[in-house]
Amino acid sequence: MRNNIKVLINGIIKENPTFVLLLGMCPTLATTSSALNGMSMGLATLFVLTCSNMAISSLKNLIPDMVRIPAFIVVIAAFVTIVEMVMNAYLPSLADSLGIFIPLIVVNCIVLGRAEAFASKNSVISSLFDGLGIGIGFTLALTVLGALREFLGTGKIFSMTVYPENYGSLIFVLAPGAFIVLGYLIAIFNKLQKKTN
Amino acid sequence: MAKLKSTFKNMFLSLFTICFVVAVLLAQVNKITAKPIAEAKAKKLENAIREVVPPFDNDPVAEAYKIPDGAGDSLTVYPAKKGDEWVGFAVTSYSNNAFGGNIQIIVGFDKDNRIVNYSVLSHAETPGLGAKVVQWFKDTSKPGQCIIGRDLSKEKLSVTKDGGNVDAITASTITSRAFLEAVNKAYAAYANALAGDAASGATAATDKSIDSNTTINKNDKTTGGEDHAQ
Repeated sequence: MRNNIKVLINGIIKENPTFVLLLGMCPTLATTSSALNGMSMGLATLFVLTCSNMAISSLKNLIPDMVRIPAFIVVIAAFVTIVEMVMNAYLPSLADSLGIFIPLIVVNCIVLGRAEAFASKNSVISSLFDGLGIGIGFTLALTVLGALREFLGTGKIFSMTVYPENYGSLIFVLAPGAFIVLGYLIAIFNKLQKKTN
Repeated sequence: MAKLKSTFKNMFLSLFTICFVVAVLLAQVNKITAKPIAEAKAKKLENAIREVVPPFDNDPVAEAYKIPDGAGDSLTVYPAKKGDEWVGFAVTSYSNNAFGGNIQIIVGFDKDNRIVNYSVLSHAETPGLGAKVVQWFKDTSKPGQCIIGRDLSKEKLSVTKDGGNVDAITASTITSRAFLEAVNKAYAAYANALAGDAASGATAATDKSIDSNTTINKNDKTTGGEDHAQ
């Protein structure tokens, strides 16, 4: 159990997919124009990652090495399609605002990366914790990034007004702002991590 | 259990089984979610109609029909009726000339050619600039930019930069032009629907418009929003 907790914390801090591994940058930059979008994208990835990690780890002995990549992709795509259909059915407005990035979780390198690097070598339980850890790390990173961009750009956090929109600088909602905020966040994250070591 | 060797038979069986199980699983999920997805879509359209026309008590979606807009295309018209008398029309319209390509809107007109309200169904405009189209033209406190209550039988809408009568969204003239183009198109369809109603009633107009649709669709319409640059 202690080992599993370690795996979980590892995913959130030491191997945070956004701030340390720098994986999955495309959805990170594209969907974080608001805190809510960032968080929903993170949660969708969290669900897919946890499920695919468990499925792949339980199937690892049944998948011959030479076809492992197509097999992993099919398993991941199945979970992504389920998320997409459920979202379209019960959360249509969210599905509208995330758009193409939900189906694109299939080719998100975090998900395939964890399947390849962790789930195909470890037990189901520790794969579950790895998926949860990395997923939570990704969700937190996207939420913080989205909240900061929304705050600086439009003066709101989770659509609640903090200061009038006129004072916000639009660049943070647009693509360049995503790079700028992400750069500063990575710097701060690394600085803090160095201090604790 | 030992790991399966990468022989042809193992690889084939393994991939086939995984794909089969996944296909069955997805088919089941699809069965469950197909109905809610269709309902969510219908509800979205119905809410949009409710938003843009005066209160009604019929089912505009069921009574919808297509009508040519006079410019080589046809649009869907949703008649809103209270009792037997119609109170307004909601028209879905679009433009391919917006900054992000295609923009889909729904506009409601009342009996006196006036715009009741509009709603943007889908767009790909820049957040913070063109995306303001969702609210911009509704602001009744700024008569220069508000299109609600305007009577389109007198004049077509166009942005002030083109010598027109509507203030464009700041720094998003292309979006504004495309939006107003879609509104004008909706009005043209509305005017046609009105003429059809007066002449022979909606049902006759339906048949006629479907006939003309098939011929119209053969004539190509100008498209290609993506290659527009500002």
